[in-house]
Amino acid sequence: MKNIKVRYFAMFREQAGCDQEVLAVEAHTPAELFAVVAQRHGLPHLRDAKVAVNDEMSGFDAILQDGDTVLFFPPVSGG
Amino acid sequence: MFSVSHQALDLKTLKSELPDPGAGACVTFEGWIRDLNYDKSVTALDYEVYEELALTEGNQVMAEAMEKFPIIAARCAHMAGHLEIGECAVWVGVSSAHRDAAFLACRYIIDEIKKRLPIWKKEFFQDGDTGWVNCEDSDKDGKSPLEAPGKQKT
Repeated sequence: MKNIKVRYFAMFREQAGCDQEVLAVEAHTPAELFAVVAQRHGLPHLRDAKVAVNDEMSGFDAILQDGDTVLFFPPVSGG
Repeated sequence: MFSVSHQALDLKTLKSELPDPGAGACVTFEGWIRDLNYDKSVTALDYEVYEELALTEGNQVMAEAMEKFPIIAARCAHMAGHLEIGECAVWVGVSSAHRDAAFLACRYIIDEIKKRLPIWKKEFFQDGDTGWVNCEDSDKDGKSPLEAPGKQKT
């Protein structure tokens, strides 16, 4: 099990009802972690969602380490 | 340089960073809040910005523009918080010796800022409804990269 801090933004934050939480999970990648939190909070699978690990943009197939902070970004809309 | 502002953008001050004796062109872009999106009447917008990463990624975009185009100076600022119709949400300015490079770099910067920065806008509609832009329809095809690891852009 890994302890991962998960942070949610914009639509994901509203849907999750919190901006961050620490979870003990078996997930190896952000994709696996998202599946867990999507089920937990009913988050939608959005096509252009992005992920960052420890404040760096990442891929959903990155390998997670114990203590990582994973940030889930719904599709961006700046400008 | 890229910055995030919580107060109305001071366009005169931003533009004052661009002049140079070697500059023969200056191109600026202003993104304004408009009152209509997909036929729905919009009354205001909230911009949510994750500043730590927006600043890093925004300054990366500016560095890329300086590298890709023969320009002299580039500046961009993006608003965070509540904006009303007609307000300026984002400003880009580029100076260069000749106009082509300034036009191209300005376009590159605004396009990349819109695509890459962790910034989200929530629209407030005339009918009382609200909505996160780009979040309502993006799963229409039923496919998600979240279900297909390895296909993500980084």
